[in-house]
Amino acid sequence: MTNWTRKTADELAQALAAGEVTSVELTQAHLDRIAAVDGDADAGVHAFLHVDAEGALAQAKASDERRAAGAPASYLDGVPIAVKDVLATEGVPTTVASKILEGWIPPYDATVVKKLKAAGLPILGKTNMDEFAMGSSTEHSAYGPTRNPWDQTRIPGGSGGGSAAAVSAFEAPLAIGTDTGGSIRQPAAVTGSVGVKPTYGGVSRYGLVAMANSLDQVGPVTRTVLDSALLHELIGGHDPLDSTSIDAPVPAFADAAREGAAGDLTGLKVGVITELHGDGYQAGVLARFNESLDLLRAAGAEVVEVSCPSFVHALATYYLLMPSEASSNLAKFDAMRYGVRVTPEGDPSAEDVMRASRDAGFGDEVKRRIIIGTYALSSGYYEAYYGQAQKVRTLITRDFEAAFEQVDVLVSPTSPTTAFKLGEKLDDPIAMYLNDLATIPANLAGVPGISLPNGLADEDGLPSGFQILAPATEDVRLYRVGAALEAALEKNWGGPLLDRAPELEGVQA
Amino acid sequence: MPEITRDEVAHLADLARIDLSDAELDHLAPQLNVILESVASLSEVASADVPPTSHPLPLTNVFREDVVRPGLSAEQALAAAPASAQQRFMVPRILGDEQ
Repeated sequence: MTNWTRKTADELAQALAAGEVTSVELTQAHLDRIAAVDGDADAGVHAFLHVDAEGALAQAKASDERRAAGAPASYLDGVPIAVKDVLATEGVPTTVASKILEGWIPPYDATVVKKLKAAGLPILGKTNMDEFAMGSSTEHSAYGPTRNPWDQTRIPGGSGGGSAAAVSAFEAPLAIGTDTGGSIRQPAAVTGSVGVKPTYGGVSRYGLVAMANSLDQVGPVTRTVLDSALLHELIGGHDPLDSTSIDAPVPAFADAAREGAAGDLTGLKVGVITELHGDGYQAGVLARFNESLDLLRAAGAEVVEVSCPSFVHALATYYLLMPSEASSNLAKFDAMRYGVRVTPEGDPSAEDVMRASRDAGFGDEVKRRIIIGTYALSSGYYEAYYGQAQKVRTLITRDFEAAFEQVDVLVSPTSPTTAFKLGEKLDDPIAMYLNDLATIPANLAGVPGISLPNGLADEDGLPSGFQILAPATEDVRLYRVGAALEAALEKNWGGPLLDRAPELEGVQA
Repeated sequence: MPEITRDEVAHLADLARIDLSDAELDHLAPQLNVILESVASLSEVASADVPPTSHPLPLTNVFREDVVRPGLSAEQALAAAPASAQQRFMVPRILGDEQ
């Protein structure tokens, strides 16, 4: 009997088209897998905060009816998907993993969700994340952490740990994530999955609960480069409801991935970012990175070293700009119109209620960032902090521009280390922030990036990720180069890396 | 680099409309100092002639025709309200004791 949860989205789309399976069967298979391995805050993967079995099966049934009538809505019509709990889903709870939005049921769909529904993808449920997408480990979820399917004592990355874990634990073939400083790519790297941060403005942010508007971007989390390309084509494109959305046609990402899978990279110039591989990077991660470079060379690419000197300041820049934007964005959670309201004793004023509600509703990391942001934007410190960080952002963007005059793509390890132990860095914000070292520059400049699995580190047997960055609006290069490297790696491994992940113990949901 | 004191954290929390307990203040203040120390390096990086970048895309105002379009109904808008009455959001008293 076919195990449909082990198939890629592309394989599932082909099976649906050939009439080998129905969307209801596929959706039920994934719901069964979720019931078997996802568990809850105490045990299991805990990738999902909310499973919408009834809604997903109804969408699957409608998909089967469309297909029977000879009118599928898209190539992926009927292939189920999971959505990070940061995107509004009409009639389905959306909490952003925060107590402050516990029980909130949005009256509208985010544009990306609307597009998924229009394309016929049944939505299995909402995935766990760091509260308000603030974190690198999904330990800051108010509803308990997600666990890494490779080793459940370890983190699945963050903030999109739920989406990455759902995909790598075979609970969903596809997932949607968001990436503000690496929250798609870093979890993908540490769970052995593929994650893409599209060009800023390439995918609508309407209906996304914003952390930092100038950095946030929605993107795919999948098990193959081609699947990411297929999903990116579906969710990309101009949206009049998002004033920062790029008004240009969506390129043929899937064609680029299929072309890349043929493996010929002759004429391609690859730049290794000097500042993003060396000190602070785990030896096993660097070993896999260097092997990947050899594979790119073998495919015909020329590999050169490129220096981006301002990248060493990217982390500090990000950790000023992001909290500044977040402190402003989160001001709207004031317990007046929606969200949890805590009323202190006596005859409290609206302000007293706001203060009490925000103290009870926000977790430690959110409070930390709101206060740092409030400080950085306050009179007297604005120029020294926020203003200066904006200038360094200019220098980082200039570094990218200069680098892309020399090479077609830039590469680095995605994350400096493999997945660390749950709890290990929880009380050390700086150690936690360092996980985003290699992913942050792309968000500051708005350029696209992909992370794909490039092997297991020798010292712990856990996945490492390979990051490819391209100039803004040149996302096609990620898919071409990513698919070529993926094909070469899988040829060496004799199959996908995730086939080597441990079988998960059955967990009673 | 100015040190951020416990009192200053309490003041910032007040500005951000968050009631922090004494235990939270004790816990947060040193962590915020560590974060500020780590970002202090930026002060010397860019010279005065470097223009700031607030956004990766040039932002422009987006206008639309001033025509009525469907929006949320009052019922939908109030569905998630902590309290409502007579088709309106019900909020605690706005003025504090000092007003």
